[in-house]
Order: sequence, then structure tokens, then C-alpha cells
Amino acid sequence: MSSSPLTADATHPDSRERRPRRESPARTFNSTDGYVVKLVLMALVNALGLFIAWSAWTAGSWFLLGGSLVLLAAADWVYFSRRTVPLKYILPGLLFLLVFQIFTMAYTGYVAFTNYGSGHTLTKERAIDALLIQNERRDPEAPSYPLSILRDAEGTLGFAIVDDGSVRVGDAETPLAAAPDATLEGKRITAVPGWDVLALTDLVGDPALLEKVSELRVPVSEDDAAGSIRTQDGSRGAIYRSVLVYDDAADTMTDVETGVVYRPNDRGSFVAEDGTALGVGWRVVVGFENFTKAFTDSAYAGPFAKILVWTFAFAILTVLSSFLVGLLIAGVFNDPRIRGQKVWRTLFILPYAFPAFLSALLWKGMLHSNPDYGIINQLFFFGQRIEWLDDPTLAKLAILGVNLWLSYPYWFLVCTGALQSLPADVVEAATIDGAGPVRIWRAITLPLLLVSTAPLIISSFAFNFNNFTLIYMLTNGRPRFTDTSAPLGHTDILISMVYQISGVAGGRADYGLASALSLLIFVIVGVISVLAFRQTRKLEEML
Amino acid sequence: MAPHAAPEGATSLQRSTRWPGWKYLLAVGIVGYATFPLLYVLSAAFAESGTLTGSTRLFTSFSTKNFAALSDTRYWTWAGNSLEVAVATALGSVLMGAAAAYAFSRFRFRGRRTGLTTLLVIQMFPQMLAFVAIFLLLLTLGEVVPALGLNSKLALICVYLGGALGTNTFLMYGFFNTIPTELDEAARIDGATHAQIYWGIVLRLTTPILAVVALLSFIASFGEFILARVVLTSEKSWTLAVGMFTWVSDQLNANWGTFAAGAVLAALPVLVLFLALQKYIVSGLTAGSVKG
Repeated sequence: MSSSPLTADATHPDSRERRPRRESPARTFNSTDGYVVKLVLMALVNALGLFIAWSAWTAGSWFLLGGSLVLLAAADWVYFSRRTVPLKYILPGLLFLLVFQIFTMAYTGYVAFTNYGSGHTLTKERAIDALLIQNERRDPEAPSYPLSILRDAEGTLGFAIVDDGSVRVGDAETPLAAAPDATLEGKRITAVPGWDVLALTDLVGDPALLEKVSELRVPVSEDDAAGSIRTQDGSRGAIYRSVLVYDDAADTMTDVETGVVYRPNDRGSFVAEDGTALGVGWRVVVGFENFTKAFTDSAYAGPFAKILVWTFAFAILTVLSSFLVGLLIAGVFNDPRIRGQKVWRTLFILPYAFPAFLSALLWKGMLHSNPDYGIINQLFFFGQRIEWLDDPTLAKLAILGVNLWLSYPYWFLVCTGALQSLPADVVEAATIDGAGPVRIWRAITLPLLLVSTAPLIISSFAFNFNNFTLIYMLTNGRPRFTDTSAPLGHTDILISMVYQISGVAGGRADYGLASALSLLIFVIVGVISVLAFRQTRKLEEML
Repeated sequence: MAPHAAPEGATSLQRSTRWPGWKYLLAVGIVGYATFPLLYVLSAAFAESGTLTGSTRLFTSFSTKNFAALSDTRYWTWAGNSLEVAVATALGSVLMGAAAAYAFSRFRFRGRRTGLTTLLVIQMFPQMLAFVAIFLLLLTLGEVVPALGLNSKLALICVYLGGALGTNTFLMYGFFNTIPTELDEAARIDGATHAQIYWGIVLRLTTPILAVVALLSFIASFGEFILARVVLTSEKSWTLAVGMFTWVSDQLNANWGTFAAGAVLAALPVLVLFLALQKYIVSGLTAGSVKG
């Protein structure tokens, strides 16, 4: 593809005439230019890093603040020191690797030991705040006030209320205070200095603004217990007070209406004597509970065993079938007498060049049970209504069949390459010794071929073990198990099971259990890869 | 279709090697198996009706209605997003992977072996398995820097780039090792710095592997589903893989005609690139195993 190294400076006018004065490509560079580029880039990196650190500081996210400062310091040290040349080249990729792969792997490990999930998403501090806000009641004795919504130049929202003929103004941060400069027409506030008064029509057309307004609470006074003003309709405001009171010293929540005291337990919830818990909890470390849950919880134990077996069966059968078919085709067409090898080869690998997610969706349509839509039933099964994707056994067969179509070309390519690189003299010697073609295949070709393809077979197994796209697009795990409440089905594999119960796509979230299962897959895939490692001895050759 | 039998002149050879006619028949059969779903999607894309079939015969009607219908959907937005994400990921992966491979191939430094071993170990653990942690990380990051939080294409690109070293370094490292170090030494004697050697010499000589890695990571991120689904939450920022899934996830309301047209348009550039560069890709695939 590329030309010879010495013509790399082909743009140089003299390069075609091989004159002795020709300069090395290195000399045509100006080293100060490179330094300027580096300075500009580093200035940008520093600006970005400081911006993130500053945002983390204002948001009170200490972990992020520390992380960004450490990474930034490392980057500056590496690029301005003379002793870190190799690191200058590794660092960009390494930073991304550290943050988005190594950290997330470690974080998966941490989450697996917590009860992180629906109802336990916050830290304790923030859970307490959320409880106080969520358990507000309107004060039945306090009157409601005429109210206007204000917005300042920076977009901060505030309320202005009319109390006894005088206007009081405040926002989420500052409690209500008298605003003597405001103008009042009857009971309607028309202008407040420093604020824009929003008309009700502004609210109607803007759902996002409406939501912000309905969430806005303006404290009545510096005293938290006095409650805060909220509005339901944007024109009248009322005082709301929390029915819960948090006692810092005793670490308890008290319901002021009923007098019930809620104490924190080691499961991350406030619980009363009678066992009732408050709705919002926080995340705590729960030990190995998530790991045992997969095996013992009745909602998961049954499906988990079936899914585990199917995952192995799917990965093994897929690799075996596509390897055998690919090998067979490669063996048959590794024949110099066949004309147009290139054309045939290109046509054979078409399924491989078609994006896999599109193939999976396409096959889902073709396998539709109704022959009016499903071409497979219409063409090959005389218009029978065969439930390819709705019967547990047929759905599994369909998955294996589709994956065979998707992956035999890979093995065809690999085996063709391996066959062509087999030593010809060994085969020749065997022929002279009188071995027939079958004998040669069994005794020479196949063993040699397996040696070179074994590592690929194992990595293909590992890939299919986590072939989420195919399963999710083709069957989405369906048909569903009827004996469990968990949203799992007969064709789910471990990774799609993790996806379903993680709740990242909506629904009830159980990040802890999902991470525990992820770890389990990590271990399985890791063990398999170690096998691959030993097989290839890639390490010794490469290092 | 199949060429005629070998010319009559080759008598002595013909006895031992019969004309492999059955192989041509088999080849036709395999081609039929390989291409009929693709012919079908092509036929459905140009069909009048909105279903995937409607008739057992292919290409019974011709209309570009389905292609026109794409502009009533978010297809082009998604296609733009997919391109944006895949191109940025491909470029970033090449830059980062090549730089790391250069360092490992050309410099002898403390921790080099450990570094390579670590990369090999990390490569074993697919990033997608950590999607829950990635989701939670972006959730937190988004509260501080919204541009790097959930629903940001930039965040998705960063996540993909997190896997850039693990998947590509070895592919490139092997290739970089085949470039003779004498070239570097000659340039160094001429007074070139390591950066000049890297940008001016090594990168130009390794263009083939750079192209392969770029293409492989383009194809991989173009079709990646689970991380894209988790990170990109709003319909406007979806990629094709996420968006087109929703078109046909519901069997009853599925609009197969539009899907077929969209699939043809999305697959065509990838298909053409793949076939044009297959020679290089095959070597990359056997080393990297991207799709199996």
C-alpha cells in the first residue's frame, strides 16, 4: 500500500532526481513548530481539566475533583518532562483506558457488593434530604397567597407573594424577604426590581419550565421548620411543611404527626418499630448477598440455571456449527482448478460484511410465524404457520441457524488462509507414501489446521458467550418463562439477563445483582481466555 | 454461470483430476444461501408495500417510496449520529493505538513487559460487561459536566475509546515491529526527534495497518448496541443500531418497508468498504476477532 520508506518526502520537488543533496525527511520538519503545537494542545488539555475540576468543586463531587486533578497533573508531568518519552505516546490511550475500562471494571466489583438499585440510589445524606422533601404536607392552618413567578437574568426562578398587602420575594436559596420596591395592582404583582415577572401564558407553552416551577420551594424564613412556599397552579402559593424531622444527634427520623420514630438499619433504610420502612433508602455494602441471590431467590434461581446452560450451549454449538461449515466450504473450494475463486469467495462472505445488527433484525422479520409476513415459512414450509420465535425449542434453533449464517464466512476465511499456508511438502511426502486424501485430511491437514485456529475458536466462543446484539435483536429473550416474575425468557443468555435485571433501560433497577452477574461472566470469560492464552503462547512470541 | 470444462488439450491431467462440476453446483447453492436474505431486503426496500414480503417472488414492483419515507422518520438524524460516533471512534482509536504501539515497539523502558501483559489481560474482558458501571459513572459525571454525562455522543465516544488500547495495540504492535529500526536510527543521526520519527516515518510506513484498525473500529462502533442503548437516552441522539431496533421490535406495528430501505442504505457503505479492503481485513480479523 505504502511506497518505499525513502520516498516518503515525495512532495519535495527534488525527490524524483536522486541527487546526493537530498535531505532526510526528518530535516524538513521544523522542530519549533512541533513545540508550538504541543504547547497549544497542552493549554487546551489544562483548560479542560481545570474546567472539570472547577465544576466538580462547585458540585461538591470530591472524588471527581481529586481524580481530575491527579490525571491532569500526570498529563502535565508526562508532556513537560524529558524523562518520560514512552509515556508521552501511551498516555492518551491510557487515560481513557483507566477511566472507562479499568475504573468501570473495578466499580462493577464494588457495586456487586452493595444494594445499589431502585430505592437505594443515593448516599445517606442525600436520602435524608429526599425524604424530607417528599414527605411534605400542606399546612392546613396557613392561608394561601396570591403568587407570581419570577425569573432573573441568569435564569434563576423565584416566587413573589402578596402577604397582607405587601410583597415578599425569594428563591430556592434565599428565604422570603420584603420587597418594598415591587409594584402591585390590586392583588397582582406587575413588577419586581431585578426580576422579570412571568405571565401564566409563558408557563403553559413550556412543560420544562412548568416542571421547574412545580418543584420550586421557597423557604418562608431562615428557620427550616417554618416550611416553604410551593405552588400547584402558578397563581397561588401555600406553605408546605415536612412531616418528618431528622434528628442529627440521634440519627433518627420522627414523624411529627404520628410520633413514630424511624431508625436507620444496616440495609440502608429508616425503619420503625413495627417494621415499616420509609420509601427512600441509601446504598450500603451488603456482602455476598447479590451472589447468593442468583442461586437462591425464587424469582431468579430457576431461570438462572436454565440461562446458564443455554448460554454455554449457544456459544459451543454456534462455534462448532459455523466452524465445521466454514471448514467444509474452505476445504472444498481450496482447489486451484476452480475458476473465479475471488468472485466466489466474495459472494460467500457477503453475510459477514453485512452489519450484524441489521442481519439479526432482518432475520427476525423473515422468521415471522405468519407466512403472510414471514418469508421463511412462506418459501420453505408451504405457508405453514411455524412459530419460529415463539416456541422455546424452535426459537433456540432459529438463533443457532441465524448465527450460523452470520458466522460461517468468518471461518471460511480463516480456514482458507490456514489451508493455504499449510506446508505443501508434508502433504506431498504423505501422498508418495501412499496415503489417500481422507487419510491426509485426518492425519495431517486437520491437526495442523486446528493448531493454528484453536486460539480463534476459543476467542470466538468468548465472543458468542456475550453475543448480546444477536439475542436481543432476534428474540429479545422471548418466549418468556412462565414460572417467574422476572422479565426473562428461554433464549436469554447471561449478558441479556444482566441487561434485563439491571434496569438501565427503565423499570425496576437492581444494579447490585446485575453487577454481581457481570462479575460472574468476567470470571467465566477470564478462565476461557486463560485457556486461549496457554494455547497460543502469544505472550512469549510477542514480547 | 459456471465456466466450460477444461480445454481438451489437457488429456494427461484430466484422468487424475476430474472436472469439479459438483463444486460449481455447491458454490451456487452456497451463494444462494448467503445472498437470499440480502436479496430479500433489497427487494423489500424497493417494493411498493410496507411489509417484508407479500409475495414469494422478488422484485415484483419497483418504487422508491420506502426510501422517501425515511425522511419522515429520524433515520437521517440517527445515520448522522452513527457516522459521527463511528468516525470519531475510528480516528481516536487509530491515534491512540498507533502511539501506544510505537512506544511499545520502539522504546525499551521499565514496565514495558508488564504493560503489554496488562493490556493482554484487559483485552480479555469485554467493556460491555461493565455497562452498569459505565451507566452509573456517566450519571455521576453528568451532574458535574453535562457534556460528558448520559445522552451525550461525546461520552459514548469516550467510552468506546476506553477500549481502544486493549483491542488494537497488539494488532499494530506486531506490524510496527516489522518496520526496520535502522530507519529510525538513520533519522536520529540526521537529528530527528522521536516525534518527527513517529509522525514523519513510522506512521507513513504503517498506513495499511492504520487503515485496517480504522475500518475495524468503524464497523465495530457502527454496529455496537448495548453501550449505545445505555448511554444515549433520548431519541434524537440515538444511533442507527438503537433507532432501527425500535422500528421492528414490535412485530405488529413493524414497518418493514422503511426498515428495509434504511438497512440497505446503512449497509451499503460498510459492505463496499469491507469487500474493497477484504484482503487487509482478513489479516486483521484473524488477529483481532471482532465479530464471530
